[in-house]
Amino acid sequence: MSSLVVLPIIVPLGTAIACLLTQRHRALQRALSVAGAALLLAVSAGLLARVSSEGIQVMRGGGWPAPFGITLVADLLAAIMVLLTGITGLAVAVYSLGSIDERREAHGYHVLYHVLLMGVCGAFLTGDLFNLYVSFEVMLMASFVLLALGGERAQLEGGVKYVTLNLLSSAVFLAAVGVLYGIAGTLNMADLARAAALGLAPDLVPVLAVLFLVAFGIKAALFPFFFWLPASYHTPPIAVSAVFAGLLTKVGVYALMRAFTLIFIGDTALTHGLILLAAALTMVTGVLGAAAQMEFRRVLSFHIVSQIGYMVMGLGLLTPLGLAGSVFYLMHHIVVKTNLFLVGGIVQRLGGSYELKDLGGLYRSHPFLALVFLVPALSLAGIPPLSGFWGKMVLVKAGLEAEAWGITAVALGVSLLTLYSMTKLWNEAFWKPAPPTDAGAGAEAPASVPLTLLGPVLALAAVTVAVGLGAGPVFDLASRAAAQLSDPSQYIAAVLGPGGLR
Amino acid sequence: MTLVLAIVIGLLYAAGLYLVMRRSMVKLIFGLALLGHAANLLIFTLGGLVRGGTPIVPPGQDSLLPPYPDPVPEALVLTAIVIGFAVQAFALVLVKRAHQETGTDDLDALRSTDGAPPP
Repeated sequence: MSSLVVLPIIVPLGTAIACLLTQRHRALQRALSVAGAALLLAVSAGLLARVSSEGIQVMRGGGWPAPFGITLVADLLAAIMVLLTGITGLAVAVYSLGSIDERREAHGYHVLYHVLLMGVCGAFLTGDLFNLYVSFEVMLMASFVLLALGGERAQLEGGVKYVTLNLLSSAVFLAAVGVLYGIAGTLNMADLARAAALGLAPDLVPVLAVLFLVAFGIKAALFPFFFWLPASYHTPPIAVSAVFAGLLTKVGVYALMRAFTLIFIGDTALTHGLILLAAALTMVTGVLGAAAQMEFRRVLSFHIVSQIGYMVMGLGLLTPLGLAGSVFYLMHHIVVKTNLFLVGGIVQRLGGSYELKDLGGLYRSHPFLALVFLVPALSLAGIPPLSGFWGKMVLVKAGLEAEAWGITAVALGVSLLTLYSMTKLWNEAFWKPAPPTDAGAGAEAPASVPLTLLGPVLALAAVTVAVGLGAGPVFDLASRAAAQLSDPSQYIAAVLGPGGLR
Repeated sequence: MTLVLAIVIGLLYAAGLYLVMRRSMVKLIFGLALLGHAANLLIFTLGGLVRGGTPIVPPGQDSLLPPYPDPVPEALVLTAIVIGFAVQAFALVLVKRAHQETGTDDLDALRSTDGAPPP
C-alpha cells in the first residue's frame, strides 16, 4: 500500500486547477505551472527510487481488494516512464514560458498542458484496462485542444486528421475492451494476465490481440497507421510539438508493452511476429519519409515514426535482452526527441523559418547552439558514446541472439539513414552559408537566445550525455524493468496478493 | 434479443465505417459518433443480457439473488458515453472552425499539412 503511486496523477491535476484559478494573473500562473512541473519531477523521482528499492508499488483505491477496486500499479517500467514524463514535463513547461504567445496563455495553455501530463501519468500508472482507456481520453482531449489552440489554418487541418485517427483508435480500443470483458469477466490487468495464463476462449484471443495491436498501434504510430503523425505534429507551436513528440506516441508504445508482455503471451508466433514485421516496416517508412522532407519539424516527425520501430522491435523479440533494449531506447528517445524539437524552435526563432532552404549560417553566428544541436542529433543517429548508441547496440545484440537476422539488418540500415537525415539538418540549418535575405525582410532576427529556451535544451542535452556516459547503471535499471516484464507472476502477485497466483 | 442487438451493432459499424470513408467532414463526425455507439452497444451486449432482477443485495440477504445483470459493463458504457459526448462536441467545433478557415467540407482539400504543395 503506497500513496506515492497516486501523486504523479494528483500533482498535475492540482497544478491544472491552480492554473485555472489564476487565469487572470499571468505571472502567477506561469510560476505555478513551472512549480507544478518541478513538483511532478520530484514526485516521480521519489516514486522510481521507491519502486527500485522496495519492488512493485500498488495502490488500491478506497482499500478495495484488487480485481474489484481501482488499482494503480507502479512497476519499474511505469516508474521509469513517469520519471521521463517529469523530466520532459519540466523542460517543456519552462520552454513554454519563452515560446508560447500571450493569446494562447490567456486561452488556458498552461491548464491544458498539466491536464495532458495528468493523462499521460495516469496511462502509465493504471492497473486496469478501462482506466487506461479513460486516461487515454483525458490525454487526448487535452492534446486535441493544445493542437488546435490558436486556430491557424494548418493547425485546424492537422487537427482534423489527428482527432479522426485517435477517435478511431479509441473506438477500436473500446470494442476490444468490451469483448475482453465479455470473455474474461475482468479488466484488471493482473487478473487478466492470470486468466490468460489459465487459458481464455482460444478462438477469440488472437482476434482480440490484433484489435489491441491496431488500437495501440494507431496511438503509437506504427506502420501502417502512422500517417496522421507527420500530418499533424508540425502544426502547433513548437513547445506543444515537443511534448507530443516526446510523450504521446510513447504512451501507445507503453500500452503495447504492457498488453503484449502481460496478457497476450499465449500465441507469440502470431502476435509478436506481427509486431516484429510492423516494427521493421515502421523503421523503414519513417526514415525514408524523413529523407524526403525539407522542413525541420517534418523531418523530426517522420523520425518519431522510425524510432517507434526500434522500441517495438525489442517487444517483438520478447527476450529479456530485447525488452531491456526497448526500455533503454524509450528512455533515450523521449529525452532526445523532445530536445530536437526544442532546438528546432530556437532555430526558427534565429533563422525565421522551419524551411531548411531558408536557413543556414547558424554555426557561424551561434556556434554554441550548433554544438548543443549535435548532442541529441548524433545520439538519435546512434553515435557512441551518446545514449542512442547503447540503445541500438542492445537491440541489435538482442536481435542477433534471437537469430532474427532480417529485423537486425533493417535496424542497422535504418540507423545509417537516420545519420543521413541528421546530417542534412546540420548541413542545411547550421553549416551552409546563410541564404541571402530579401531586402523586404528587414526584421532582424534576435541575436541572443533567452534563457527560458536555452536552459531546457541544455538540461536535456546534459541528460542525454549522462545517459550515454553512465550507460551501465541505466542499462542495469532497464534490465531490471525488463526482468519484471518477462515474468508476469511478479506483477500478478504484487497486485492480487500472494494468493493471487493460485 | 442478443441476435437483434448483434445485427444492430453490425449495421452501426457498417454505417459508421461507410461515413468515415466519405470525403465530407460532417459525415466523418457522424461516422465517428456511430462507431462510438456501436462499441458501447457491443460492451453492453457482451456483458450478458439478463431480464429482471437488479444487482442490489436485498435487505435481509447477504448475497445477490440470480438472475441479475452484471453492473460493470453498464458502468463502463456510461463512462464511455460521457467521454464520447465530450469528444464529439469538441470534434464538431473543430470541424466548424476548420470549415470557416478553409472554406471547404472536402477532406481531400486539406492537403497543406501533408507536405504537398497546395493545388
